[in-house]
Amino acid sequence: MAEQVLARTSGRAAVVAGEFVTAAADVLMCHEALTMCGSQLRRVGISRLAHPERVHVVLDHFFPAPTAANAKDHTRARALVEQYGIEHFHGHAGICHQVLTERGVVRPGQLVLGTDSHSTTYGALGAAGAGIGVTEMTYVLATGELWFQVPPTVRVELTGTGGPGLMAKDLVLAIGGRHGTDVAQYAAIEYHGPRAAAMSIAGRMTMANMGAELGAKFALFPADDVTAAYLAGRGVPDVAPFGPQPGAVYDRTITLDTTDLEPQVARPHNPGNVAAISAVAGTAVHQAFLGSCTNARLEDLAVAAEILRGRRVHPRVRLLVTPASQQVFLDAVQAGHVAALAEAGAHITASGCGACPGGHQGLLGPGERCISSTNRNFLGRMGSQEAEVYLGSPAVVAAAAVAGELIDPRELWTGSTL
Amino acid sequence: MAAAVGSGPVVRGRVWKFGHDVDTDVMAPWGVIARPFEERRAHVLRIRPEFAAEVAPGDLIVAGRNWGCGSSREQAPENLALLGVAAVVAESFGRIYFRNAIAQAFPNVACPGIWEATDDGDEVELHLATATVRNLRTGAELSGRPYTAEMLAIVEAGGLLEVLRRKVAAGELGDGSPPGAGTPVPPPDARRSTR
Repeated sequence: MAEQVLARTSGRAAVVAGEFVTAAADVLMCHEALTMCGSQLRRVGISRLAHPERVHVVLDHFFPAPTAANAKDHTRARALVEQYGIEHFHGHAGICHQVLTERGVVRPGQLVLGTDSHSTTYGALGAAGAGIGVTEMTYVLATGELWFQVPPTVRVELTGTGGPGLMAKDLVLAIGGRHGTDVAQYAAIEYHGPRAAAMSIAGRMTMANMGAELGAKFALFPADDVTAAYLAGRGVPDVAPFGPQPGAVYDRTITLDTTDLEPQVARPHNPGNVAAISAVAGTAVHQAFLGSCTNARLEDLAVAAEILRGRRVHPRVRLLVTPASQQVFLDAVQAGHVAALAEAGAHITASGCGACPGGHQGLLGPGERCISSTNRNFLGRMGSQEAEVYLGSPAVVAAAAVAGELIDPRELWTGSTL
Repeated sequence: MAAAVGSGPVVRGRVWKFGHDVDTDVMAPWGVIARPFEERRAHVLRIRPEFAAEVAPGDLIVAGRNWGCGSSREQAPENLALLGVAAVVAESFGRIYFRNAIAQAFPNVACPGIWEATDDGDEVELHLATATVRNLRTGAELSGRPYTAEMLAIVEAGGLLEVLRRKVAAGELGDGSPPGAGTPVPPPDARRSTR
């Protein structure tokens, strides 16, 4: 699939892994990094963007602005949108990847480049999404193109049955734990198999998102009828299937059988430091965080609400819920999830990246421990360098919030979203 | 840093050795990322508390697998270059970090075997064009993965912004900018991130 996307966007009939191409991006996504791109564009003397109609701007990392300096950055970003005629300004509608997906911007087969490492998320819809840095974004804003080495592809087969308590997060954590967080380094991932085919777009987004934690350039699901139905509900009718061509070549194939899989947790301070929940049960937590582009969608809030309904958050624990977007928040209000969460004692924050990268809305102090539905638990990631972050599914987060310690979510929830 | 590439094919220096899976967040912690470099330099790679204070211009970093895994934040390689690190030689790299380093003309070379073959404090010599690394203490010589011609062209130009500036100067972008528009990209020590 990666080869098909890079062949089309580089104007070639076909490309193979290892080849160098200059590819034209279909969609460019900038968050607050736009302000740094703006400084570079001015310094180099660029007065016009190659394709302002392909550029989408979302302010998510520092919304609502925690400091006056951040507010000033947002002002600058809005001014740059005006100055360069950028056609798609999404303001502060939520986390960039959620917003571009739920608004039907991203389509199967596209090449999408974003100033955020979790741009792999777009692979949930069969789009080749990759994160790039500010300087590369400046270059592609100016020229419309960027160099790529065509990646080899790692095929991941998801088989087995969806056992109780399991969510997509458990699967992607298990892959990183078993095969390493560099299993797909410099490569593309394709997720296949019956569990991939049966997975919702929300689950696919979680797995594509954490393709970044597997080292991947792109993390793709084939676009199928699940994809078409999702996009049809977002104003994009008649989406054609997109998948590997017959005879597609894979660098290697790894298989994950979910049948007897336990809920998984990544321990400090690396997403690959994974254990089954039973191995860490009893570990006390001070904060439980349900947020981020990985796991704060309606489906995630629904599972948390189901677990928390009729229960109370443990008095030692702060449960912070940061919906992935304003649309997710509104949907969760209308579905009754927000009331269930708040009645149990959860705090609902403004949507955005929030505490995940250590920006604001719930940082950790020295000696504190957080169970988090996010993607990274690097040292110091969510505040103090003397804090600890454990990563788990929304079910694991909600169950820990009730118990005050890590517990098997199956003690409180026998459902499954697989 | 960049000057080493243009002025000669060899980088020679003392080694600071790091482990596997060293992430971008410890190279450029979010809490200080918006501050000027002088205020963030003490926070770079605090997993070795003496590093930021004692690293000298021209030193090299030798690291294990997956150096620079994590975020797209460009301050990760930028902080190292601003501290004077001449090059990084690692078993392998996080891909966005690796691209960001190329875009900044900061030499980073993948060299399987380097981690076992090198001790902290060794002096090594890196030939960038061939990705050959020689340990001057042991005499061991390893061959890494050289930059492809495309990557080397960006590094030798002084980075991707310089490539872009040349395109503008040559009138290649057709954006109405007058030929010669733009100013030369300042050297890394003059750069200042706004985030």
